[in-house]
Amino acid sequence: MDIAVCVKQIPDPNTPGELDPTTHRLRREGVDAVLDPGDEFGIEAGLALAEAHGGEVRVVSMGPERSVEAIRKALAMGAAGGVLVADPALVGADALTTARVLAAAIRRGPFDLVITSTESTDGYTGVVPQAIAELLGIPAVTFARSVSFDGSTLTVRRQTENGTETVEAGLPCVLSVTAGVNAPRYPSLRGIMAARSKPLDRLSLNDLDVQLGEVDQEIVRVEPAPQRKGGEVVADDGTGAQRILELLRQAKVI
Amino acid sequence: MLTAVWVYAELDQGGLAPSALELLTKARSLGAGSVAAVCLGPGSAEAAGDLGRHGAGTVYASGDPAFAELLPGGPAADTVAALVAEHHPDLILFPGSCGGRDVAGRVSAKLGVPVIANALDIEAAEAVTVTSSVFGATQLVRTEFRGRRPWLALFRPRSFAAEPAGGAAPQVVEVPASIDPRHRAARIVERSREVAAGPGLEEAQVVVSGGRGLQDPRNFDLLRQLAELLHGAVGASRAVVDAGWVPYALQVGQTGKTVKPNVYIACGISGAMQHTVGMKGSRHIVAINRDPQAPIFKLADLGIVGDAAEVVSRLIAELGGAPGAGQPPHGAA
Ligand SMILES: Cc1cc2nc3c(=O)[nH]c(=O)nc-3n(C[C@H](O)[C@H](O)[C@H](O)COP(=O)(O)OP(=O)(O)OC[C@H]3O[C@@H](n4cnc5c(N)ncnc54)[C@H](O)[C@@H]3O)c2cc1C
Ligand SMILES: Nc1ncnc2c1ncn2[C@@H]1O[C@H](COP(=O)(O)O)[C@@H](O)[C@H]1O
Repeated sequence: MDIAVCVKQIPDPNTPGELDPTTHRLRREGVDAVLDPGDEFGIEAGLALAEAHGGEVRVVSMGPERSVEAIRKALAMGAAGGVLVADPALVGADALTTARVLAAAIRRGPFDLVITSTESTDGYTGVVPQAIAELLGIPAVTFARSVSFDGSTLTVRRQTENGTETVEAGLPCVLSVTAGVNAPRYPSLRGIMAARSKPLDRLSLNDLDVQLGEVDQEIVRVEPAPQRKGGEVVADDGTGAQRILELLRQAKVI
Repeated sequence: MLTAVWVYAELDQGGLAPSALELLTKARSLGAGSVAAVCLGPGSAEAAGDLGRHGAGTVYASGDPAFAELLPGGPAADTVAALVAEHHPDLILFPGSCGGRDVAGRVSAKLGVPVIANALDIEAAEAVTVTSSVFGATQLVRTEFRGRRPWLALFRPRSFAAEPAGGAAPQVVEVPASIDPRHRAARIVERSREVAAGPGLEEAQVVVSGGRGLQDPRNFDLLRQLAELLHGAVGASRAVVDAGWVPYALQVGQTGKTVKPNVYIACGISGAMQHTVGMKGSRHIVAINRDPQAPIFKLADLGIVGDAAEVVSRLIAELGGAPGAGQPPHGAA
């Protein structure tokens, strides 16, 4: 089974994000870049399927040149190869452009399954997986909490607002996974060494068969959101429950 | 400047999802020439009256069971695209739900039109501008649509309050569902609904939410007891949903539900911005956390520095909880 896993490098989510008020782009100075932790679940899902059913995992990413570090981490975890599409024309790309580029990069190689995370930690538009599926003309089984494969049919338990659904899908398809789906492995020392010699293709837009549309949306203003003020913070000396009861009475809940 | 605005009215296991009426209420305030709803699946005909009362002049409906049996993305996106080709709406409002995202993402790619996610509000003047929040609603971003229409926007749940408009019954246009056989490659074989006793999480006047600081999944029983005593609902942070303690249906936050109860009680929740974005519209916020520096205290009206399970047990006892209540919590350190 040939598996393409989409991975993205993002500013370290432990540093609070900020948009530059003039350029309206994400501030990246002084912020470390990391493999989106959400994507580690996709990599793990791909590796587990390839180990059980044969085949290889290839990671596909669009982003600035330094995204090779994120790809290397995926290679160290066990992916067989990687593709990075880096092009100045893609700075600030919207969800549709991102999907077009990723779909074109995925199409360059064989694939039975495309795995993504449900949403990226920095952008969280959460529509790139579905848009990729549409462009590739295949189903998107999204929000997976568990995945199994019997050699021909993928059985996915997906989470929805009201409960869960079990979906059966043939291949090829796009699968988007949640953080509850598995426990991603850590790269081993051997994996890190091996990653250095694994193939990593760098592509620009010229290498891809992709039509980018016009710019369809523009950020016109960024401002801080109104924040709520905190109230009293008291140590629980045994009267914490009493204090809460008082508030519940004031709020006329009891 | 907008001639037609549409709402993608999601059906949730036969009934209309609350988002449909919220989005219609917004749609009819945009000064467009007409407002219509697209409602696909069994139950759409029954939903038409409600959609009309909330401002839909036309309801494009199909009762084809395939919309409920197959994954919604493919078939619904095809149908929306066919309707767009015929009627040329300017703007389509979608719910930011799992299903709404599945459909909007595909429609965007299919028609080559932009989609803005995480929207909180939309204005139509000279330009059509969407307000969305980023970084856990610490910053608000306004984005203008340009280029090809229809423009698509995905709204966070409960961004608007649904209000009926009165008015005539809508014109119901039955749309043919020509389901591309390709979409039959993925089908829903089983559904299970997470129904808890008491009010739903999004409607409840009191929400008692738990996070990793509860220490043990069994301590959620305490939250259920407390919620029952307060006629409220139980919520959760994503950390404990991911850990499998409770179902995703309980998750509050950026990728979960938005709640605006009278009182929100956060038990052992750190207050990451992805969580607070889903609850900071609550009228009163109470937080119980062992760490006096926990970010949740920055927005709590009342913060208790202490063991969450223990404080909740005592609260249950004070409220005269059922036998077994007020017992020592599990695994509390
Ligand atoms: C793209 C993205 C989307 C996300 N969406 C959501 C979302 O929708 N909802 C959401 O909730 N999160 C979401 N998150 C995750 C979020 O960033 C946090 O990781 C999560 O909210 C943390 O959950 P928590 O507070 O339960 O756990 P932790 O952060 O581990 O906090 C546990 C807290 O419990 C306290 N504690 C420990 N022991 C005790 C005790 N005995 N008594 C009292 N307190 C104690 C600790 O001091 C700590 O503050 C998202 C993250 C990303 C990247
Ligand atoms: N630039 C990118 N490169 C690779 N994968 C991406 C990129 N953007 C989005 N994805 C994938 O699509 C998922 C959803 O992203 P988004 O729709 O932006 O929230 C991410 O978790 C990734 O798996």
